[in-house]
Amino acid sequence: MPEIAARSLADFAANTWMNVVPPAARWILQGAGEARAAAARAFGVALTEEPCRARVHGERASLWLAPEEYLLLAPAADAAAVGGALAAALRPIAHSLVDVGHRQVGIEIHGPQAARILNGACPLDFDAAAFPCGACTRTAFAKADIVLWRTRADAFRLEVARSFSAYVAALLAEIAIDYLPCAGAGAQSADRGIASGVAKLPP
Amino acid sequence: MNAWRTPDGGRIDRSQRRRFRFDGRGYEGFAGDTLASALLANGVHLVGRSFKYHRPRGILASGAEEPNGLVTVRRDAARVTPNLRATQVDLYDGLEAVSQNRWPSLGLDFGRVNDWLSPFFPAGFYYKTFMWPKSAWKSLYEPLIRRAAGLGIAPSQADPDRYAQCYAHCDVLVVGGGAAGLAAALAAADDGARVILCDQQSEFGGGLLALRGARIEGTEPGAWAERSVAALAKNPRVVLLPRTTAFGYFAHNLVGLNERLTDHLAQPEPRRARERLWQVRARAVVLATGAIERPLVFPGNDRPAIMLAGAAREFLNRYGVRVGARAVLVTAGDAAYAAALDLHAAGVSIAAIADLRPQANGILPTAARQAGIEVLTAATVLGTLGGLRVNEIALGRTDGSGEVRPTRRLRCDVVLMCGGYTPSVHLFSQSRGKLVWNEALQCFVPGRSAECERSAGACRGIYALGEAIEDGFAAGAAAAPANSGKRRRIAVQEAAASHDAFLGALPQMHLVSTDKAFVDWQHDVTARDLLLATREGFRSIEHVKRFTTTGMATDQGKTSNLNALAIVAAAVEAPIPEVGLTTFRMPYTPTSFGSFAGASRGDLFDPVRRTPLHEWAAAEGAVFENVGLWKRARYFPRHGESMHEAVARECRSVRAACGIFDGSTLGKIEVVGADAAEFMNRLYINNWSSLGVGRSRYGILCRDDGFVYDDGVVARLAADRFHVTTTTGGAARVLAMMEDYRQTEWSALEVWLTSTTEQWAVIAVQGPNSRRVLEGLVDGIDIGPAAMPHMAVAEGRICGVPMRLMRVSFTGELGFEVNVAADYGLAVWRALHAAGAAHGICAYGTETMHVLRAEKGYIIVGQDTDGTVTPDDAGLNWAIGKTKADFVGKRSLQRASMRAATRKQLVGLQSRDGKTLLEEGAQLAETAGQVPPMRLIGHVTSSYFSAALGRPIALAMVAGGRAREGRTLYVPMPDGDVEVEVTSTVFYDPSGARVHA
Repeated sequence: MPEIAARSLADFAANTWMNVVPPAARWILQGAGEARAAAARAFGVALTEEPCRARVHGERASLWLAPEEYLLLAPAADAAAVGGALAAALRPIAHSLVDVGHRQVGIEIHGPQAARILNGACPLDFDAAAFPCGACTRTAFAKADIVLWRTRADAFRLEVARSFSAYVAALLAEIAIDYLPCAGAGAQSADRGIASGVAKLPP
Repeated sequence: MNAWRTPDGGRIDRSQRRRFRFDGRGYEGFAGDTLASALLANGVHLVGRSFKYHRPRGILASGAEEPNGLVTVRRDAARVTPNLRATQVDLYDGLEAVSQNRWPSLGLDFGRVNDWLSPFFPAGFYYKTFMWPKSAWKSLYEPLIRRAAGLGIAPSQADPDRYAQCYAHCDVLVVGGGAAGLAAALAAADDGARVILCDQQSEFGGGLLALRGARIEGTEPGAWAERSVAALAKNPRVVLLPRTTAFGYFAHNLVGLNERLTDHLAQPEPRRARERLWQVRARAVVLATGAIERPLVFPGNDRPAIMLAGAAREFLNRYGVRVGARAVLVTAGDAAYAAALDLHAAGVSIAAIADLRPQANGILPTAARQAGIEVLTAATVLGTLGGLRVNEIALGRTDGSGEVRPTRRLRCDVVLMCGGYTPSVHLFSQSRGKLVWNEALQCFVPGRSAECERSAGACRGIYALGEAIEDGFAAGAAAAPANSGKRRRIAVQEAAASHDAFLGALPQMHLVSTDKAFVDWQHDVTARDLLLATREGFRSIEHVKRFTTTGMATDQGKTSNLNALAIVAAAVEAPIPEVGLTTFRMPYTPTSFGSFAGASRGDLFDPVRRTPLHEWAAAEGAVFENVGLWKRARYFPRHGESMHEAVARECRSVRAACGIFDGSTLGKIEVVGADAAEFMNRLYINNWSSLGVGRSRYGILCRDDGFVYDDGVVARLAADRFHVTTTTGGAARVLAMMEDYRQTEWSALEVWLTSTTEQWAVIAVQGPNSRRVLEGLVDGIDIGPAAMPHMAVAEGRICGVPMRLMRVSFTGELGFEVNVAADYGLAVWRALHAAGAAHGICAYGTETMHVLRAEKGYIIVGQDTDGTVTPDDAGLNWAIGKTKADFVGKRSLQRASMRAATRKQLVGLQSRDGKTLLEEGAQLAETAGQVPPMRLIGHVTSSYFSAALGRPIALAMVAGGRAREGRTLYVPMPDGDVEVEVTSTVFYDPSGARVHA
C-alpha cells in the first residue's frame, strides 16, 4: 500500500518580507474555564482570558479568538503527541477540540513596512498602543476572513483559510509594490499565489 | 514666450521650463505652474465651450471650484482623463491637454447655434419637448441628446494604471492645509496627537501662498506656511498628504481621501500606483476647507477673461502671471481692492473699481484711491462686449430707490469680480452637521456638528487672517486627545477688510436684459432660467435645481449655489433659509473610478477558491465552472469531445464501472458536545437521537418560515460528535445560522461548532466497482457490504493517512466518500485513480454529478428549491422526525396553507416525443395552445439528457403535482407547446438496489 510522506508546502515566492509558515498542527479548542485550565496544562502554554491576545511558549502558541474559543498552534511534528495529550487531558471535561491543521495556511510578513502593507486591505489600527505585539484577532483582509497575530513589533502572522491563501498572498504582493523598492520589489507580483499545500508520495 | 509673466516673484521655479501642448499648440511654462496658470502666462484665456450654448469660456477661478476650464489630459492611447480642472492640473514636461465640448475647434464651434436659438431652449425644454411621440424616444431623442450631452469623452481603453488603497487611523485629521489647517495641525501635533493633514493642492499653504503684504509672526505668509510644514514633517506622528482631496465624509468619522501620486510627474514609474484611496478613521476631524469666492451675476458675465478677483490675485502672486493688461474690478466688498492693489503694483492698469456699495471708505479702498485707482460706488454692470475675450464693460449706477441708469463704458481686457465668499461646508454637510444662515456674512456656516468634528477658519466664516489662524490653533488643541484647551495669540499684520457680500443678480435697467446673466457656468443656467422655474411654480430649491439643473454639474455648484438660492428667494419673496439648501454629496471633486476599484480588478476582483485537488483536474484538461467563489471541474473532455459527449461518457462510466469526483467544496461543520444530538434535533427537521454512532443520515435544515434552507449528509462519529455537511454555497450561512441559535436561543446547551470545510479533501468514489478500487488502499476498516452498509461511516486510514470514510451516494450507485486532511488530498486522489485504472475508473465533474443525481430524483437546494419550498413540497416529508416536540420551522409547517394539496410539488417530467430537452425555467400549462395571459401551474427546475435512459429527463415544481402523475402537461415555447408526461422523480433504479450493492 502506498504511504504518504510528510506534508510540505511549496513556498510561492522567496522574498525578504513574506513567507509561508511551514505546515503546522492546529486545533480549535472551545470550552469554559475548566477546559481552558486543563488544556493549558497539557499544552504547556497558558490560555489567556485577556481578549485578543496570544500566549507563546517555545514553538507552541495559544490565540484567544472569542470567549471560550482558542486557536492552538504547534509544530506539525508534534501533531499526534500534542493532539493525544490534549484529548486525554480534556476527556472528562465539557469541551470541543477539533483538528484544523490543514484548514488554513500561515503567512508571515515582516519588516518596517509590514503594518502599512497590511493596512492596504485590513482596516485595523496597527499603532503599537492599539494593536501591540502579542495581539491577535479575527479580521478582514479585503474579501478574505483571516486571523491576524502580531508576533513582533514589525512582524505579523496571518492564518488564512487555505482556499483564500493564494488571494491573500497575491493581494499582499500587489499592495507591497508601492511600499518596497521598485527594482525586484520582493513581491514577484507576476508570480501570484501560493501553491496550495501538496503532500508527495514516496518514490 | 510668457508675455504675461512677471519678471520675478511667485512660487514657480523659473529655472525649470516645462513644455506642454494645448489643443495641439506648443507652449511653455515653469515648474510649479498649473495648466491654467501656464496658459494664462501665454495669454490664453479661452479654454472651453459651455455645456449647452457652446459659448466661449475662459478660466474663472484658480482652484477646485473652476467651472469652465475642463480639459482632457492625454498621456497615451489608454491614459486619457477627461474633465480635469485646468486649475488643478500640475504642469509637467510634455503635458498634452485638449479642450472639450467644441467642434470643430475652440475658436469656431458650430454648437454655438444653440446660443442664438436659446429662446427655444429654456429650462425644462427637454422635459416638455421629448415627451411625444413616445416611440421617438429610443430611436431619435435619446441618441441625439446623448451625443449632445455630457462633458468630455470617456476613455475607450481599459485603464492600464494601478490604483492603491489603504486604511489609516489618527487622533486628528485636518482637512485643508491653509492658515487655519496648518495651525490646527501644529496645535494637535504639539499636544502629542497622531495627525493626518491633507490638502488638495501640490503645496500646503492654501490662501497664504497667494497673499502679499501681510505678515505672520514677522514673516511672509508663504514663508510661515513653509516653516509650519517643516515643523510638522519632523514629527513622526504626523502624516502630510499633499495632492490629496478629502472627497467624502462618512459615518463615525470615516473620511475618504484621494491621493494623486503620479499625475504631476512627466514620467511616472509605471509599476507605482497612480492614486491611493485612503479610508481614514479619525477620533476627531478639523475641517479647514476655506471659502470660495463668489462670482457676480450680470449680463454677459461669462466672457473669457471675466474671472474672480481672488483668482487673478493668486495667479499673480503665486504663479507670477498677469491675467491682463487693463482690468476693471467689480466688487461687493473690500477683498477685490487687495487684488487691485497687487495687480496695480505689478504693472496692470486698473481702469476702475466698480463697487456695488454706496460708499467704500475702508483702509483698502482708501489705499486704492491713493494709488490713483478710480473707484465708482453704487455701481452695477449692465453688460459686456467681446468675441473670444471681453473687451468692454458697460457700467451703471443705482440710486437709493433702486433705479438704475447707465454711466460708463470702459475698454478693458479683463474683468475681475468679487461677490464675497462662500464657506466650503461640503464635508461638514456630508457629515450630517446642520448649517445655519449667517445674515451678516450672507452665507451658510456650520452649526451643530453631528460627528466629533470642528470647523476652523474661513470655512466657518472667519476670514481675517489672524483670527483664522487662532481659530485653527484652538480647534487643533481641542481636537487632540489631550484637549489642552491651549490658545495662541498670533501676531498678524494685515489690512483690516470688510467682507461685504452680494447675493443674486445685479440690478438692471430692464427686467429682461439682452444678454445672458449666468449663475451656473458649468451647466449654463442663467438668472432667467431660475425665474422661469419660479413662474412655473417651483418654490423649493430642490425642485428648482432639478428643473433648471443648476448646481448639478460636476462642480456641484461651488460658485453658483448661493446666487441661485438668492435669486429664487427674491422671486418667491421668502428669506433664503426658507427656500432651503441643496444637499452636498460626495465626492467633493470628481474622483477616478480606478481609485474606488483599487486592486479589485482582474484576478484580484474576487478570491478564486481552488480545491486541494484542483491541480490534478487542471492538468487533465478539465473545464471549470464558478460555484460561488470556487472553481469546480465541470467535465473532463477527451480528444475534442463536446460537453454533451464528455458528460454522457462520464455518466456511463459511473453507472457501468466507477467514477471519481472532487467533493471538497462541500461545507463541513463539526458539531461537538454532550448536547450535540439535542442541538441537531432542534435545528434540523430529522430525528438525530435515533442515529447510531458510525451511521449517517440525509439531513434537511429549514428556516423558521418552514422553507428548505440547506441539506446534506450528517454523520455521527461519536455520541457527542457530528460531522455535518452542507451545500457548497450554504456552508457559511448555515454555520452563521447555527451559531446564532446556539448563542442566542439555546445558550444552555453544551455544544460547540467548528468549520471544517477546508480541513478535508473529499473524494467521492462512485459506481459498482468503487469497493474494489478502495479495497487495496484502506486500512483498519472492513468495507464489505455487511460491515459497511449504505450510510455507514468509519474512521481509519488510507495510504497511511487518517481518513473519515462514508458510504454515501449522490449518484444512485454503490459509493464512498473519502475524507482526508487537505494536504494529503492530491496524493490520495492519485493513488485512488491509479488503483481504479484496472476497474474502469473515470474522473467526472459537476455536470455529470447533476445528471446522475437528477436520474435518482435527488434535489439540489437552490436549483430545485427556491426558498419557497417546504420539505413536503420537495417530497421529503419522510425525513421529518415525527416524534420531535419541535424543530426550526415546525410551527410554520403546521399552518393550513403550508399543507395545502395545491402547493407546488416536485415531480418528474418526460417529453412525450422522447427527445425534446426542456429548458430549465420553462413554464408548465395544463392545457395546450394557450395564449397570453396563460394559466401556468409550474416550472421546470432541472433538465438533462440521461445517458442511462437514452432520453431527456426533467424535474419540475407543479401545483398539486404528485396527484398529476401520468397526466400530460404542456410547456409553451416560442415555437409551440412541448407535450410532457408527469412522472415519479426517480427515473433510474427505483428500487434502490444499486445503492445497497
